[in-house]
Amino acid sequence: MAEINTEGKGSGKKGKPKKMSTRVDFTPMVDLGFLLITFFMLATSMIKPQTMELAMPSKDKPKAGEESVVKASRAVTIVLGKDNKVFYWEGKQEGDKKPTVVTSNFSSTGIRKYLIERNFEIMTKVRDLDKQRIPQHMPDSTYNRKKKDFLRLKSSPIVIIKVTDQATYKNLIDILDEMAICNIGSYAIVDITPDDLAMIKQ
Amino acid sequence: MPKVKVKRKSTALDMAPMCDMAFLLLTFFILTSNFIQKEVVQVSTPSSISEIKIPERDIMLILIDKSNHVFFGIDGQETRKEVLSEVGNAYGIEFSKKELEEFSVVNNFGLPISGMKKFLSLSAEQRDMAENAIGIPTDSIDNQLKQWVKAGRAVNPNARIAIKADQGCAYPIIKKVMNSLQDLQENRYNLITSLEENPEKINIK
Repeated sequence: MAEINTEGKGSGKKGKPKKMSTRVDFTPMVDLGFLLITFFMLATSMIKPQTMELAMPSKDKPKAGEESVVKASRAVTIVLGKDNKVFYWEGKQEGDKKPTVVTSNFSSTGIRKYLIERNFEIMTKVRDLDKQRIPQHMPDSTYNRKKKDFLRLKSSPIVIIKVTDQATYKNLIDILDEMAICNIGSYAIVDITPDDLAMIKQ
Repeated sequence: MPKVKVKRKSTALDMAPMCDMAFLLLTFFILTSNFIQKEVVQVSTPSSISEIKIPERDIMLILIDKSNHVFFGIDGQETRKEVLSEVGNAYGIEFSKKELEEFSVVNNFGLPISGMKKFLSLSAEQRDMAENAIGIPTDSIDNQLKQWVKAGRAVNPNARIAIKADQGCAYPIIKKVMNSLQDLQENRYNLITSLEENPEKINIK
């Protein structure tokens, strides 16, 4: 069937030109094909890495009167400590009135539970939207716009993230992730102050 | 009664369809492939639920490894050459044509500009050695990372900045890098992460 004609040229039968078969043995070609496939499979990366987009405020000092003031009732401060610890408190520190600091962690019953409860109104709205959504009828752009409108609602907390020097990069990513999971629209990463360090020491 | 003749079948197969298939797959892999870019250090990124894909081109990659060393890389061979000569100018170091040529194949590197000439004279294997992975200085006195990003931005205005840091690396170094970027008015950048399922979405399903 597919074997190659291996007889040498001068193999005896004289005169009569031998009818050569037109069939070629494909086996070496298949070998080569699979070898190359293996190479390309190993050398390529099919999955592109994921990214998280981050927009930081610019360093220019805001002009007087243009600073955004965070209302104490909406403010939630989260401090990332060492050993994956998270501290949070509501409101602001003003004079003697000190908010109570809660120690928490990155588990689903830790900071996430608190944020979901704090942001419950928007969470339910987004959940309803997700449930109702039929991808064929609602393109991504509409979905994202609707979600964004929810995130702007006044009842959502404004989260101020402060990271101590003992925290790791993973902690930072985790907390940014929690912001996405808990549908928190406004958050900022802010430099830590000695006051905050004193707060978490307690 | 005549004997029933069992026809002898040849054991040789027709390889043509298999060959077709092999080359079909091969074509597919060649067309869809984008090669794994070699990185000087192994970095295990933290996972996040973000599903945004990073573009393939025009990336300025800032790598930060476990021991808090900073590496820099930009894509495009011509871009790399221009970036190096620009940074060389800033520090008063002239790079020869051969050195620029060598630099255009370096995916990412992590060493001060003063050691760059020596680094480029090494062979590809020697470059991977640990002593060449000492990190780009990011201190406020001598912030070379800033120079690199500035040059990268000047040469390729469309480049996006991506930070790929190890999950274990300490926050101060991240802060330093972020501050350097902020000084350059680069306020939007990407953090490279690996994928993790959104716990909210699982609940809904």
